[in-house]
Amino acid sequence: MTPPPDRRAVLSGGAGLLGVLLVRPAAARAPREATAAAIRRFAGEAAVRPGRVALDMPPLVENGNSVPLAITVESPMTEADHVRRIAVFNDKNPQPNVVTLHLGPRAGRAAVATRIRLSDSQTVTAVAEMSDGSYWSATADAIVTLAACVEG
Amino acid sequence: MARALINLPRTARAGAVIEIKTLLSHPMETGYRPGPAGRLLPRDIVTEFVCRYDGEEVFRAEFFPATAANPYLTFTTVATRSGTLSFTWTGDNGFSQTQDVAIEVT
Amino acid sequence: MRASGTGRPPGRGAAARATRPPAGRVLGLALAAGLLAAPVPARETPAQEAPARETPAQEIPPGERRSGLDALAPGTRSMQLDDAANPGMLWVQDGAELWAAAPAGRPACAGCHRDGTMRGVAARYPAFDAAAGRPVDLEDRVNLCRTRHQGAAPLAREGHDLLALTAFLGNQSRGLPLAPPADPRLDAARAEGRALFATPRGQLGFSCAACHDAHWGRHLGASPIPQGHPNGYPLYRLEWQGLGSLERRLRNCLAGMRAEPLPEGGPETVALTLYLMQRAAPLPVETPAVRP
Repeated sequence: MTPPPDRRAVLSGGAGLLGVLLVRPAAARAPREATAAAIRRFAGEAAVRPGRVALDMPPLVENGNSVPLAITVESPMTEADHVRRIAVFNDKNPQPNVVTLHLGPRAGRAAVATRIRLSDSQTVTAVAEMSDGSYWSATADAIVTLAACVEG
Repeated sequence: MARALINLPRTARAGAVIEIKTLLSHPMETGYRPGPAGRLLPRDIVTEFVCRYDGEEVFRAEFFPATAANPYLTFTTVATRSGTLSFTWTGDNGFSQTQDVAIEVT
Repeated sequence: MRASGTGRPPGRGAAARATRPPAGRVLGLALAAGLLAAPVPARETPAQEAPARETPAQEIPPGERRSGLDALAPGTRSMQLDDAANPGMLWVQDGAELWAAAPAGRPACAGCHRDGTMRGVAARYPAFDAAAGRPVDLEDRVNLCRTRHQGAAPLAREGHDLLALTAFLGNQSRGLPLAPPADPRLDAARAEGRALFATPRGQLGFSCAACHDAHWGRHLGASPIPQGHPNGYPLYRLEWQGLGSLERRLRNCLAGMRAEPLPEGGPETVALTLYLMQRAAPLPVETPAVRP
């Protein structure tokens, strides 16, 4: 994993001047209202607890146009006990929803991956709905930089 | 038809969990991006993907503009019996396409 | 603190570069980057006549040549290395289909060039075309074949079909070292390409060499500065959200330098490509590569 550049390197790199975005998202901040509402639409009145979900996203993103995202959920994926749905939400894009995945016991494992767009450095949240009606979540932060010498 | 790349084992043991990777050629135009004339390009995205195993849905995805261009998905399914996996993408402007892949289960 | 025009200190090996650069190393580019935002005074003279700030083009020795692949973040790297995940393969597959498709009454590409015979070809381009009396790049070669042998119109440069065909051809040579031909008829163009690479141009007075010979391995903002090799084209750039040619990438570089683009498909582009291939050899062909 590429280590994030230290502050001094970033500043001396003329970051702001080139339009490179390096804003560290505040840790564990409550999501904006639109995102909270979207999570509410997904989970209803149920409590969404942290845990059982692993969200793998690079902390330093080379280009926000395509960010690899992998999600796994701890679940035996049996008829009696499985993941029904996984939804991913962002906190800065124009719309809060990223992708919603429908699984079931026939998936065998709760392990999915896709590529998403991030318009800015932000927090991404994944929420899993289990067959017992419980909801579990994980978050990950990404710093989005822009490529140098882009199409002008 | 848009080009689709579907990758999965052609043979599998009964009960094995197989990984499926799909890539579809599609711009996933968000609707938030200005075109060359300065006006916003209209939204043109794939909104749904369904994988069926001998006709029964085993995986489904709903996409939003935050899905990257040329949408990529990996997911799993249990190889139950020899048959056909069908992959259907639907989206804006009447986009719809289905591709079938046979699997042999031993 | 070093300014952007300073040459590389001798004897700095690849090992030293493997570590993260300290803040001071990016300063040279910081100064240059600062210029990007500075107001540009009105000038009577064209941008190309910016004051010459000589950058000696110290060619990277073959043993120190590194593909841009080496500097990719792990996610981008695995996107390139797995054909099932590499979106460039969508174009390669389209190219394979076009290769096999015959224009009405004429042979398909595959009708003359049998299976497997194209392996290694893309690694040798640009090459000299005797009938045209000039060096031609792979795009030119495909179009010359179309007009000479298939009675077909040339394909648009940067259009989907030509990108697909060149991606298919590049992919046939994947893993083989770039092997620019030692054809003396290419010498003049290659020398011109080298001069283009080393000559300051644009409003910032930068040359290609000022970044990719003198500062590779350092950072511009958060982006690593690559050596600038052409071994993965056409490639899938996340910034483009699609596949693009080396020529398109060169246009991006020139835009970043605030320089005028080279004429599309012109002799300058072919000359620069010739030099870039020689400068990159023997790196392996990676088509279709993935880059940020």
